[in-house]
Amino acid sequence: MRFHFKTSYDQDIRLFPDGWNLAVYSALLLFMLALPLMLDSFFLGEVTNVLIWAIAGLGLMLLTGQTGQISLGHSAFMALGCYTCVLLMEAGMPFILAFLLAGIITGVVGGLIAVPALRLHGVYLAIATLALAIIADDIIVMLSPWTGGVNGKFAPDIVIFGLEVNRWVNPEYWYYLALAVALLVTLIYRNLLRSPLGRAFAAVRDSEVSAQAMGVDVARTKTVAFGLSCAITGLGGALMGLFAGAFNNETFNFLLAIQLLMMIVVGGLGFIHGAFLGAIVVAFLPQGLSIFTDTLGRGYQIPGLEIGVFGMILVLFLIFEPMGLYGRWLKIRIWLELFPFARRDMFRRQKSYLKTERVR
Amino acid sequence: MSLLELKNVTLKFGGVTAVDNLTMELREGEVFALVGPNGAGKSTVFNMISRFYTPASGSISFDGQDLLRVRSHDVPRLGVARTFQNIELFDRATVLQNLLIGRHRHRRTTLIEEMFFVGRAWGEERAHRHAVEEVIEFLDLQPYRDKFIAGLPYGVRKVVELARALATKPRLLLLDEPASGLSVEETQDMRWWIEDIRRQMGITVLMVEHDMGLVGKVSDRVLALDGGKKLAEGTPAEVQAHPEVIAAYLGTGAISKTASATGERV
Amino acid sequence: MEILQLLLSGLANGCVYGLIALGFVLIYKATEAVNFAQGDFMMLGAFVMIGLVNPQFMGLSFWLAVPLALLIMGALGYLFDITILRQLFGQNQIAIVILTIALGFVIRFVAGVIWGHEPLNLHSPLALGDVRFGEVVLSLADIAVIVVTVILTMLLWQFFQRTKLGLAMQAASQNQMAAYYMGIPVKRVQGAVWALAAAVACIAGILYASKGAVDVSAGFIGIKAFAAAVIGGFGSLPGALMGGLIVGVIEPFASRYLPPGYSQIAPYALLIIVLVFRPHGLFAQVRTKKV
Repeated sequence: MRFHFKTSYDQDIRLFPDGWNLAVYSALLLFMLALPLMLDSFFLGEVTNVLIWAIAGLGLMLLTGQTGQISLGHSAFMALGCYTCVLLMEAGMPFILAFLLAGIITGVVGGLIAVPALRLHGVYLAIATLALAIIADDIIVMLSPWTGGVNGKFAPDIVIFGLEVNRWVNPEYWYYLALAVALLVTLIYRNLLRSPLGRAFAAVRDSEVSAQAMGVDVARTKTVAFGLSCAITGLGGALMGLFAGAFNNETFNFLLAIQLLMMIVVGGLGFIHGAFLGAIVVAFLPQGLSIFTDTLGRGYQIPGLEIGVFGMILVLFLIFEPMGLYGRWLKIRIWLELFPFARRDMFRRQKSYLKTERVR
Repeated sequence: MSLLELKNVTLKFGGVTAVDNLTMELREGEVFALVGPNGAGKSTVFNMISRFYTPASGSISFDGQDLLRVRSHDVPRLGVARTFQNIELFDRATVLQNLLIGRHRHRRTTLIEEMFFVGRAWGEERAHRHAVEEVIEFLDLQPYRDKFIAGLPYGVRKVVELARALATKPRLLLLDEPASGLSVEETQDMRWWIEDIRRQMGITVLMVEHDMGLVGKVSDRVLALDGGKKLAEGTPAEVQAHPEVIAAYLGTGAISKTASATGERV
Repeated sequence: MEILQLLLSGLANGCVYGLIALGFVLIYKATEAVNFAQGDFMMLGAFVMIGLVNPQFMGLSFWLAVPLALLIMGALGYLFDITILRQLFGQNQIAIVILTIALGFVIRFVAGVIWGHEPLNLHSPLALGDVRFGEVVLSLADIAVIVVTVILTMLLWQFFQRTKLGLAMQAASQNQMAAYYMGIPVKRVQGAVWALAAAVACIAGILYASKGAVDVSAGFIGIKAFAAAVIGGFGSLPGALMGGLIVGVIEPFASRYLPPGYSQIAPYALLIIVLVFRPHGLFAQVRTKKV
């Protein structure tokens, strides 16, 4: 058992509450930095893919996990981030500037869209954003002169301070790029959680009326959450398009948004770790399944298998572990820390009757 | 001097008049209680002060400012805090986080400062934390500081809600049935706290309460409502003795009716 | 004449959307959950029917197969409620939204494994023959769709307004706890609603399959039905039908008079416009929570 004594308020505000915590995450960072030495370029590419999914997932997590607003339209913002970034790069802007600007533009557009959208509650918001994601596909085709429409676009070369980052030539650079963005986004996310805005997000999620009674401007908070969420997801989308090398209107169709949502639920809604764990599942599931189908015989193909299995995993999680992979890990950790004093009922979910949100 | 003033306030829901031409006035530093049977419009009065509802006519002013021109999330910024009848806490956050949300009206950090935790962020966080710790100390909430609301017993949640309202450092505190659902001991604690809130912190209290024992002990003045209309106003003893109040609570000809009702059941 | 033709074929399509939307509304009215898999229920209903009727599968007679398919789908809906949904009892709407989305993917996958991914035609007596009114041509299936939809909507509406079970369903959605204390078996009522919604989806599926070939991704028209339900205001049965008709009629007109590209997004654009200006639909029932 490890005891955690607090001696100063700062311990609750710091990024790492104690030395042990700091040591664990430092070790993890060192491991991540050393990873290119241990993996071949194929698996390094897969890990890069995980990081990109995690970045996009963190964006949606901020909205759904923290603020409690559900969006089925984040694929549209991934597309917006990607096309903006590439168009700016083609206009001659250096990558870093184009990338950050793409995030900001996506965030601002997201915030503007949020103003009418966030007057909607729960399910209505989900449906409106789903419609947005479907429309985005057609809008990309309509804007063919810029977007290349169905023919798509090729990602330009990324050059950072004279250093060329190419997936095939130097995959480790791509990996470090994704890692750096993931770290930056995680840091911002974590900082928001420990400051008033992050708490306002939680307040809006748990009770809008009482958030209002505490002086939280609910509409503004939701708009900011939506904007930040879109900005982060836009960064993820830009990386995804650039990493894929080529993309068109189909790359960011609405199924991507749904997959993103399913991913963060499997990972653990409301936890930063959840986005990363979910990304690992999403990125490695196809590999795992192809190994499985290979055992059934070469060339044996089941269309829709991947998403079907993913759906089943999600259903099982919602029934048995609604807090996702990270929630399960937390329980295991508590169990280990308390060993042998943990009781089964400590982890029991509270069940309650649903009360209507309607007045009549 | 009067802190809160309602003048000829009327509010209708469809055909029902929830509050009918109500005029009332709160003096700085007093404990004022609204009493009346269920559906008398007491919570509606609260919701109008919180600006969840807008009255059809009349005026509400707080410290000389016209409250009807203020949006609901700006009401706490003027120094009005409230609790809810059916506890409305942030269930998936800890007690500490709940209280820190109470500090939201004092937020001065910008988005950029918070995103990168630079500039005023550290200093402000520490200041918020110190302010919240004072409230925790005052209401003896130390054992629950890092507990999640979802797992707390009802009585503690009630106190946490009071604590969250106090964390905003209000001038006027609206308590919607602070003692409902509490045990005798907990009600006793609530009584001391309300008295201390008024005496030590100098906060004016407006409360809705059914427990006439508590009302009689802590409040300076009482206003009885029925059907949205003012029945009586005065000291607790005066209001309790008012014939119309007795009639409203028990019904006219109360004694004979009760007798026949029980008679029927037997 | 062309306009009339567009209008009528739009109405027939709209009825299918309306029927799926009816399923959404049924479940929403009774449990305050939204079933994102309703479109896939419809698809599954169509394939169950194909499996019963088509000669390469069981080859039963059409009129025998209809009640059988309804029964099978109703049972599936009920089973879904008691095995999966009941585990999530008391969780918030978001969990149920995500659950039903995931369920949709699972249904599509399973249907693909059983019936394959090629479009299939239902051997339906409704699929044969056209009816001519002057210059306007309507297929028998279109007429059947319109007639069945109108009758079904009326029946369901009456069911909610008049019958004890219908009222119990409404009560259960408003406040589960209070309904429970009033002696309404909340859980059983919920199961009944899901069974009913699945059966309605099955009817929609049979009619849809009578109009043309179906494949396993047919469930995606559920998204258009969403537009219908939202436009109609989620809580109203006649509203859902109206919304369906509006969406159905807009489509052929948009593809006739708008440049390609714009026409596909017309229903969704309409949905967004309605949500922006009437956040709770044209026939709204929802207001903010009371404290």
